[in-house]
Amino acid sequence: MKMQTNNKTYDVCIVGSGAGGGMAAKILTEAGADVVMLEAGPFYDSAEGDMFKWPYNSPRRGAPTHRPFGEFDAAYGGWEIEGEPYTTTEGTEFGWFRSRMLGGRTNHWGRISLRFGPKDFKRKSIDGLGDDWPISYEDLKPYYDRVDKLVGVFGVNFDPSLGLENEPDGIFLPPPKPRAYELLVKKACEGMNVPVVPSRMSILTRAHNGRAACHYCSQCNRGCSTYSNFSSPPVLVNPALETGKLELVLNAMAREVLTDSEGLATGISYVSKEDGQEYQVKAKVVILAASACESARILLNSKSSRYPNGLANSSDLVGKYLMDSTGAGMAGIIPKMMDSIPYNEDGIGGMHLYMPWWLDNSKLDFPRGYHIEFGGGRRMPSYGFLGGVHKYNGKFSHRNGNERKNGGGGYGQQLKEDYRMFYGSVVGFAGRGEPVALKDNYCEIDPNVVDKWGIPVLRFHYKWGEYEKKQAKHMQDTFEEIIHRMGGFPLWEKPGKEDDYGLLAPGKIIHEVGTARMGKDAKDSVTNQFCQTHDVKNLFVNDGATFTSMADKNPTWTILALSMRASEYIIDQKKQMNI
Amino acid sequence: MKKNKINRRDSLKVIGLASLTATTSLVPGCKPAGEEQTTEDHAHHHDTASQQKGFKDLSEADQQLLKEKFFTEHEFKTVEVLSELIIPADERSGGASEAKAADFIEFMMKDQPVHQTKMRGGLKWIDYQCQKRFTKNFIDTSSEQQKEILDEIAYPEQAKPEMSQGVSWFNTLRDFVATGFFTSEIGIKDLEYMGNAANVWQGSPQKVLDKLGVSYDDDIEYA
Repeated sequence: MKMQTNNKTYDVCIVGSGAGGGMAAKILTEAGADVVMLEAGPFYDSAEGDMFKWPYNSPRRGAPTHRPFGEFDAAYGGWEIEGEPYTTTEGTEFGWFRSRMLGGRTNHWGRISLRFGPKDFKRKSIDGLGDDWPISYEDLKPYYDRVDKLVGVFGVNFDPSLGLENEPDGIFLPPPKPRAYELLVKKACEGMNVPVVPSRMSILTRAHNGRAACHYCSQCNRGCSTYSNFSSPPVLVNPALETGKLELVLNAMAREVLTDSEGLATGISYVSKEDGQEYQVKAKVVILAASACESARILLNSKSSRYPNGLANSSDLVGKYLMDSTGAGMAGIIPKMMDSIPYNEDGIGGMHLYMPWWLDNSKLDFPRGYHIEFGGGRRMPSYGFLGGVHKYNGKFSHRNGNERKNGGGGYGQQLKEDYRMFYGSVVGFAGRGEPVALKDNYCEIDPNVVDKWGIPVLRFHYKWGEYEKKQAKHMQDTFEEIIHRMGGFPLWEKPGKEDDYGLLAPGKIIHEVGTARMGKDAKDSVTNQFCQTHDVKNLFVNDGATFTSMADKNPTWTILALSMRASEYIIDQKKQMNI
Repeated sequence: MKKNKINRRDSLKVIGLASLTATTSLVPGCKPAGEEQTTEDHAHHHDTASQQKGFKDLSEADQQLLKEKFFTEHEFKTVEVLSELIIPADERSGGASEAKAADFIEFMMKDQPVHQTKMRGGLKWIDYQCQKRFTKNFIDTSSEQQKEILDEIAYPEQAKPEMSQGVSWFNTLRDFVATGFFTSEIGIKDLEYMGNAANVWQGSPQKVLDKLGVSYDDDIEYA
């Protein structure tokens, strides 16, 4: 093996090209810095994606054999990647989703773009659990505003009478009109006092900053040929490249942060997946934005005599307080929606309406909230079409009104009529909630296992607590009531206590955060409020790792805002000669 | 990186091409069950060229999988006959045979080998049942005999306990056939799915709102 060193010293080396890395590259190159960006996967341009493919364009009809969200999904990767394993400790579970590609998981994400609210930064002050962030909503608000304007997000500011004060105002493009069935959900929720309001998604309902408006094919997860939704490559990385100040190194798998005798970061050692050779790249500032767990892995693997338990880890908290959003779901058949009237119901790639958290936890048996996402109707028929029909068609009379003498299942003309009748009548509900940060949920380096590049891998230790299970129960009860109020029937039996109320395994919601949390005290946190590590002043973590707590919201918008803020802090500190 | 390579107008062109390709790719499938099938008719199952019509951007690995065979000729024929019995042609659209559901199931056996034992075993199970009762394999029995055996496995709540393995297999087969038919071009047309195209979303039509008894809120300014 030969170690190859690039003699140039860049101003900044960024590891990762997703939301955090892309934003850092844009801000820093536009300020004139010489930046090198390492991405562990290949080039990707969503213009080349699988938009507009029909299931029959493939012999597997879109089956998720190789990609968890279906064959046409944009993510290169998934919960399992050949040659890049991870492990879990006995009796715990965690699924680690990685997209090895330019732009990372921003290429396939749900585009649900929710700011954290004032309460989300101060949860300990409210319920005594976890910790407060070292910043408040007001500190981050200007950056959220700028992210809204830069990237583009639709939505509305909520009427104060709705009592949604933890869902801050934003700078929104107009939202798309709701689909008819979404209004039916809204109507059902009125009797439950569950607010159903326009969603907030980074999909352009108007042309914005040189990008075309959405063409409503509903396939955002496949990658957009017109860049009408947010993903990092066209919106952040491309403008950075256009400055001429960004060098992009693809297929570069970061191994460790290099340090000098002063203990400062000097660059990154990485293995090229193209030639298998080791390379070193030098930089005055290093930004890790490789995903919360990958950044923790790089820090923990950056061991030296000065830093025997990994870099920036004097608190011993790197990898600790790992969080993923809670998730549970239920789907129902709504008789009113059966035999639906044909029209193009695609809309944007996702929900036009959603339910933000609406209750007061002090009156509940769990401390944190969740929001509800939902979808259904006349979507493109896809792999798994009305699967398991035998479990529910017996509940309904035949299309011609005849009684179903033999119960569910069947075959032949009547079954064909059933499929026609049920198509478009299913609505699925999914809760996405906030877990409480626990030190005992963590990732660490497995002492025995390396990946195919010889890099020690992560071992996860994660268990849901009673709070999260109770939250999932509340989700299920809520979904069931909504479906009943719509006049519908749940498609499967409501999961009970023995199944943790259908609470999905940690990692399944792909909102990993918390592994290098920010805080005021260096003994109790890994970075300061500017994502700068307490121990190494020229080392930053610009991804979800710095989250002190999760929220009942998706993390991407906060990652973008924090990375923007941290990047401008770097520029400022550089000017003051502090780093 | 190519920036904003495709604008809205171009994307409409792309769609035009896509649907044209799809239209010209529509190859008539096997004859519906019940019609006599010659060996020659069946030969297209293993004719890679005709199978690939309609497919796009297949990886080498997928092309290789297409060439491989999992089902024997007899098994494949049985799957075809069963598929057409599950979703038959009617006055509105063709059936599972025309939608090439059996080709799809054949591919899935190789793509997700976890299904192989259940599917092969199920085909054996039904042939054995038919041999015992009618001294013939399933595909050689009369349509009344086929109905008799299917009626005993197609309705899980009514099925006798001794038929449970057949029920379980048939549930899986039914699901495969449903995907095979309704994700085909004729199946998608049958459902009158009208999307997967560039559109300007302006809300649901009034008749759809009326059917569900809902209306738009005028307070919000929509796109």
